[in-house]
Amino acid sequence: MYRIRFHGRGGQGMKTASRILGAAFFLEGFEVQDAPRYGAERRGAPIFAFVRADRSPILERGVIPNPDLVMVADDTLVGMPQAGVLQGLNAHAVLAIHSTTPAGEWRQRLNTDARIVILPPLFDLLDAAQRVRVSAVIAGAAACLTGRVGRDTLSQAVRTELADLTNTVIKDNINKALQAYDEMNEFKGIAEPQPRTDTPLPTGWITLGLDPATLAAPAIHAAANSVQVRTGLWRTLRPVFDYSHCNRCNWVCGSFCPDGVVSADENGWPRIDYDHCKGCMVCVAQCPKHAIQGMPEGWAAQQTMPTPPSPDRKEAAP
Amino acid sequence: MTQRTLITGNGAAAWGARLAGAEYMPVFPITPQTEIIETLGDWIGKGEMGGRMVTLESEHSMITAAGAGAATGVRVFTATSSQGLLYGMEMLYTVAGWRVPLVLVNVSRGLSAPITLEPDHNDILAARDSGCLQIHAATCQEVVDAILIAYRVAEDARVRLPAIVNLDGFYLSFTREPVWLPDASKVAQFLPDMDPDEFAFRADKPVSAAVAVLGGGPYSYFRYQTHLAALGAVEVFEEACVEYDRVFGRSYAPVMAHRLDDAEIVFVMMGSFATKAMDAVDRLRAQGVKAGLARPLLLRPWPQDAIRKALTGRKAVVVVDQNLSMGFGGVLRGEVASALYGQADAPGALLGYVGGLGGRDITFAEFAEMAREAETAAAGGEAPPTRLLYTQAELREVRNLQTLAHAQGLTPGGEGRS
Ligand code: SF4
Ligand code: SF4
Repeated sequence: MYRIRFHGRGGQGMKTASRILGAAFFLEGFEVQDAPRYGAERRGAPIFAFVRADRSPILERGVIPNPDLVMVADDTLVGMPQAGVLQGLNAHAVLAIHSTTPAGEWRQRLNTDARIVILPPLFDLLDAAQRVRVSAVIAGAAACLTGRVGRDTLSQAVRTELADLTNTVIKDNINKALQAYDEMNEFKGIAEPQPRTDTPLPTGWITLGLDPATLAAPAIHAAANSVQVRTGLWRTLRPVFDYSHCNRCNWVCGSFCPDGVVSADENGWPRIDYDHCKGCMVCVAQCPKHAIQGMPEGWAAQQTMPTPPSPDRKEAAP
Repeated sequence: MTQRTLITGNGAAAWGARLAGAEYMPVFPITPQTEIIETLGDWIGKGEMGGRMVTLESEHSMITAAGAGAATGVRVFTATSSQGLLYGMEMLYTVAGWRVPLVLVNVSRGLSAPITLEPDHNDILAARDSGCLQIHAATCQEVVDAILIAYRVAEDARVRLPAIVNLDGFYLSFTREPVWLPDASKVAQFLPDMDPDEFAFRADKPVSAAVAVLGGGPYSYFRYQTHLAALGAVEVFEEACVEYDRVFGRSYAPVMAHRLDDAEIVFVMMGSFATKAMDAVDRLRAQGVKAGLARPLLLRPWPQDAIRKALTGRKAVVVVDQNLSMGFGGVLRGEVASALYGQADAPGALLGYVGGLGGRDITFAEFAEMAREAETAAAGGEAPPTRLLYTQAELREVRNLQTLAHAQGLTPGGEGRS
């Protein structure tokens, strides 16, 4: 049985990628199970989807702890423990990352035995117009890596799964899927089903005993604990101030921010708590002075954020 | 539509309603069920499906509307999940008492508190004593098949009760599997229109339904009639399964068997997690353990005879409950024990495990260990107390959460008491 996981962020098309690959396997005569996995998160949060494909009916269910192939659309997730990209990877597995960082560098950076493959640069996640292709490219590359899906089948699977879109978009996606497939040719078929060991492992069972209700009630006593949930990890676009345009009206961005992460410093300059800003871009749309811009997160993370002029722009400005 | 297609459990549920020709669909959204009513709404909007969908302001009103609609003789479909089912619980019992047929799909999701999105069967089991029939699907295929069978049984003049078809959240609801969609032209053969003589609602034929009674005598009569109708539904269900097999070529039974013939250790499980047990049975068989699985497809009415037939004469029976009756243990284990009590060739041991709560996985290692404990229990003639499938690593995770939450009463080592 093939066990394949797809990692991306909500909104990046991992569910569709898994469905295209699932449909392709199915057309090739495999039994298939495909599913996305999401929780209470939203757009931008790390999510994954998975595909199982086998020649006999699939009885296994739920998430895949030991994948043969892991496809990663967004390389900012690889090092993020919450995203679980590296979970269950062993020397048998293939880790395919869409990244400009070469495989050798990933190998050094990550403590994994998995074989690492870099996916062809056929989309730019930061360009919204290209996002629609992500699913097709990721599915096309995965199809080739398994070596079990033909080009025609892949095209047909893209057509089936994107049936709601216009013909032009479908054609573009088929082309991109096939291009990704062809560019992976040197790795064709390297992802193979792992042999399953039927030696029962120890269960690790314990007998759960009674705890006092003060401990056993699902209550949180830690004050202000929601700050520990770093929702900033969901961000794909980062709002950045251009303080030369900001008039310190100091209520528009702060009032509209649905997460209350904009505050004013002692001189009235707005600041954003990037650990918790989800990157919804509401503030960018609302600022009357156009003093906030949305910057790609991957790029912004490498920059120094502008600091407010001090202490008062009118005096400091020439 | 005679091709096998990849379809989610929610999609299969929507197809079930569409193929059955549901005419009235009172609805209310809740995760992970919403996709069902969105799909139906989409079809109705595009003119691909007839019928009328109405969004109500709660599940309580939704089930009331469903029962009222059914009383007028239209085919009614509705769906909910978890807290939603509980919110409508008063009316679930009520419409069963009205003796009206309808099909409600429940997408199982663990109950609050603490709140979760993932599945177990405490929601659907809360409806166990409502008078509604209850069918537990294990695959996406079974979802669509069970809905058609449910309508036929529910509308049968000998039954006339609401039916609930249960499918597990995430594991079926959002998971695509290959499904044979029944041929729409054959559905009419299997599921005729509702009998207009049974359900007449006309100005010239007024009915006061759902009246009040005072005194235990009349009350007992009506309640016991509902019980008798439900009991008799086992046979009606069996007949429907035979007919379903004849028309569509897929065979079902109140209790589904997997490698039961010569099985010595028999697992009993319901719902999609039972396919994990099937997998484990196959793997244990490969190692020489004579394992098997008995899976109640029908929970209400309780198929007592079929359960006895499946479980008597075995070395040991292992019930894995994906639910928990607080202060009792697994519900299914209790039902199985009551069916086996006093039977001449009752199994050597009856073991109970609780697992899969809130979607918690059950591993092959755990099935293997349960089988091993069953062998030991059968040999010693004594079953261990019911065990929660729970590991040291899981407790460690909870202790970490409790530490973060500043929960009171953690020992200095953070180990708690267990
Ligand atoms: S809304 Fe614009 S101008 Fe007003 S404080 Fe925010 S960034 Fe400055
Ligand atoms: S993008 Fe702006 S509005 Fe949205 S969360 Fe961040 S600061 Fe708040």
